[in-house]
Amino acid sequence: MSGTPAGAPAGTASLDGTEARAGTEARAGTEARSGAGSGTGAAPDPGAAAAAATGAILRDVLSGAHRGVVVDSPPGAGKTTLVVSAARELAAAGRPLMIVAQTNAQVDDLVDRLATAEPELPVGRLHSSEAQPYSPVLDRHPSVVKSSKAADLAGLDVVVSTAAKWAHVRGAGPWEQAIVDEAYQMRSDALLSVAGLFERALFVGDPGQLDPFSQVGAEQWAGLSYDPSASAVATLLAHNPGLPVHRLPVSWRLPASAAPLVSRAFYPYTPFRSGTGPGERRLEFTVPSDGSRVDRVLDEAAGSGWGLLELPARHTPRTDPEAVAAVAAVVRRLLERGGEAFGERSGEPSPVTAERIAVGTAHRDQAAAVRAALASLGVTDVAVDTANRLQGREFDVTVVLHPLSGRPDATAFHLETGRLCVLASRHRHACVVVCRAGVPELLDEYPSAEPVQLGVTVKFPDGWEANHAVLAHLAEHTVPW
Amino acid sequence: MSLVTTLARIEAAATGRAQPVATVRHRHLAERPLVLVPLTTAGEAGAPLGAMVGTDRDAPRLLVVPQPRDRTLRFAFLAELADAVLPHLESAQDEVELVERSETDPETGRKAKVEVELCADAPQLVVPSAAGVDHVRLLGRSMRFRRTAEEDPEAAHPAPPRLPLLGRWLTHYGERARVPGSSLLLAVTEVLGRHWATGQSRLEDQHLGALLAWITAGDGESGAEAALRAELARDRDGLLLTPPAGPATDPAFDNRRLAPAVARYDAGLPGAEAEIRELVASQLRPTWDAVWQGLDLLRALPPGAHVADRWKRDRWSYTAHRDRVRAGEPPQPRRDDAVTAARKLAARETAQAELAAQEALDDPLVMAERRMAGEAFEGEVIEVEMAYSSGKRPMPRPLVTVRTADRPHLEGGERLHRALESGKPQPGTFAGSPAPGLLTVRLTGGMGRGREPEAGSVPEKGETVCWTLFEHAPRGGPDLPDPEETPWTHGGPPDPDALDAPDPVTPEDLL
Repeated sequence: MSGTPAGAPAGTASLDGTEARAGTEARAGTEARSGAGSGTGAAPDPGAAAAAATGAILRDVLSGAHRGVVVDSPPGAGKTTLVVSAARELAAAGRPLMIVAQTNAQVDDLVDRLATAEPELPVGRLHSSEAQPYSPVLDRHPSVVKSSKAADLAGLDVVVSTAAKWAHVRGAGPWEQAIVDEAYQMRSDALLSVAGLFERALFVGDPGQLDPFSQVGAEQWAGLSYDPSASAVATLLAHNPGLPVHRLPVSWRLPASAAPLVSRAFYPYTPFRSGTGPGERRLEFTVPSDGSRVDRVLDEAAGSGWGLLELPARHTPRTDPEAVAAVAAVVRRLLERGGEAFGERSGEPSPVTAERIAVGTAHRDQAAAVRAALASLGVTDVAVDTANRLQGREFDVTVVLHPLSGRPDATAFHLETGRLCVLASRHRHACVVVCRAGVPELLDEYPSAEPVQLGVTVKFPDGWEANHAVLAHLAEHTVPW
Repeated sequence: MSLVTTLARIEAAATGRAQPVATVRHRHLAERPLVLVPLTTAGEAGAPLGAMVGTDRDAPRLLVVPQPRDRTLRFAFLAELADAVLPHLESAQDEVELVERSETDPETGRKAKVEVELCADAPQLVVPSAAGVDHVRLLGRSMRFRRTAEEDPEAAHPAPPRLPLLGRWLTHYGERARVPGSSLLLAVTEVLGRHWATGQSRLEDQHLGALLAWITAGDGESGAEAALRAELARDRDGLLLTPPAGPATDPAFDNRRLAPAVARYDAGLPGAEAEIRELVASQLRPTWDAVWQGLDLLRALPPGAHVADRWKRDRWSYTAHRDRVRAGEPPQPRRDDAVTAARKLAARETAQAELAAQEALDDPLVMAERRMAGEAFEGEVIEVEMAYSSGKRPMPRPLVTVRTADRPHLEGGERLHRALESGKPQPGTFAGSPAPGLLTVRLTGGMGRGREPEAGSVPEKGETVCWTLFEHAPRGGPDLPDPEETPWTHGGPPDPDALDAPDPVTPEDLL
């Protein structure tokens, strides 16, 4: 196999932050030209490092020298902030801009952020013709024009919509510039249906999150540069190998306790650092521990950033009642004990309320079971969802039902690196994982045995490796049930 | 795996007999399918060893290659295969019905009704297993680019006249088989596996003999024992009693029987060819009979209500290929271009969603699976409250409350769908749960255009209704650009020469 990136020497990031792709994905036949700059220690100030990277990205985008610019962003590295500032700069330069996001929630969030950052900016929200097509939040911004027809929005500086809606736009454009948000979660065929609308584009996304997927088999196109089920960025770079690939070097979301693990386990060739140092974020409880296992795992997580509540080994159905009950108990106790989050944003602690907590699962029925369990305990307003739907969201504390908990097998779905990465990187303070014992043994019994497809980009690390890395770390923070 | 399937598998393992997971047949079965059981030579990709083919279970046609490494004999085999298969595949070409279809006029861009031909039926091809489907694709790929003497008088090894045409048809059938719910080319193990759950793994279900053993297990012997026997039992000479369903053969057969016989044939011994024919037939015949047995089992199930609709799509597919062949178009390219690949994927995803919805609507057991998964609920209507939309022309928006023990994943405002008597879907939205076990749905359509809802469009008190969270007729994806307008992100318009060019030589090719 060519393209093994493991041997790539750890180089230094060039000064302007542009780097050849050292990717979490190593492209066959493409040399990983430089490793990431050493993520910690080299630059003392994370703010300066992030600003330098952003500056270089904006220069590349505004210069127009490349048809495409790709930005890889680890979790919570200020991707949306980058999109907002790039949009404002492009608008200021008089370049009509279209923004492509993947979901309506993302579009509404972006429009809200844009209009808040620059209330005068004429922004168009292109939406579907269904009932309640956009968030009512947008009605607060007088400069935001909403329409289901692209023609109504012609001439506005910025027009934002989902890829699915853009794909139906005919007879408009082309726009001089586009920004494609969450480009790693966009499928190649979705890009194919919108790429005719723009001349050049900035692609922003997190390569470590969940890959796009298809409900039907797409093996027959595996290895083709334009495999319609691959990610948009994979196709883009396969056809345009010379495009600059930038990287945001600092995660502002992940605390100092989480960034090194997430970076090592999921982004081994493009390490990043946390924006805050050890001790800058603290989680404390106003109610002391009652000595129960749930309280002990909460204390462990508050102290170290991680806690593993380990249930006895057992093969269970997906909606393992004991594990679901344990998750619900952790959430309830977390609320009962009155968590207080101390952070870098202010000296005053902010209470960890239900809105600041999320529960992450692998399957929708698991999420439904947890929701039901929480409702029976009288807990509401906690976000309970699958990894897919938690992508891009941020909370103070997350409680994760481990995807492999209680399973007799380790399928590609449950091993997927991106799934665990999303679940393990949503929190600002602490993450509690609930899992049955025996997962490391399960992993060893099921080494990944997916068929090798010629010409397909090998993704590093594989789910097996990433799962082991995370479990090894969690083992130090285990509280047995 | 859904809870219902898991339960059925556990029950099958416990009772020793396969359990039904469908109450109707979800695939179309032709009255006269052409069954093809292919065998290939071990260690020689694409070298056929023989085949049993035909539409009459009592009179299969046996084709054998006495020396599979001899390319002349291979061509002779393929020519004979074309002779056996093509008449069947072409048999439905001329009986057509005229159907109105709206097409976009390329000059004016307007949609206009045009009358087009749709073949009244389509020939069906049946193979034993998924590996057989792959083999059909392989045969198609190996034949469709061949040049006949007529096409290319200079060719050093011209193909027999009808061989490229067979390659194109098999390629089309193989490609169509990738569309969920299609029935032009069926693998018996796949279709049986859709309708029965056995007590063994899905991988083991790919063994036709073992799968049938589970389904037909009778008195005295459990499915597990019968399946094990089908997989492993050998006669005194060490040959499998139930030979593999192909296209791969049993190595013991290859080594002990076939290899010596082929050696005798090579040595020119009299009777060697007849011996090989007999040997190959001995491996094919049990599978041939098993395929027909499987078809019998499936035929005993009544067809699902939507099966004919999906078969009509197959007929369209068949007709479209007929038209391409008649128009003298070149064979299908080696690889799809970017736009074609995206179009196919989109079409298959739509077909998959449609299949899942239609199977549930056709079959209460499948709907039970969806209900268990929280994707549908069924219950008795206990209250209907008339309400109207606000607006200039108030439209009926009645609230229907259902008592149900199902626990669908509903939070509020979700869109719901139910099938009306006419088969048309009626939309609604989830309006809330007034009490535990009660769910209220606001009907939002399917009640006609008047102020009063049409008769029968609003369920009545006491009626049992089933609402689904999934659409019944999912929409397809967006239009994609024409291949000539492939954007720069996908490499620009395809270069037809590059598509058919041989792979570039890389350093890895030279070891």
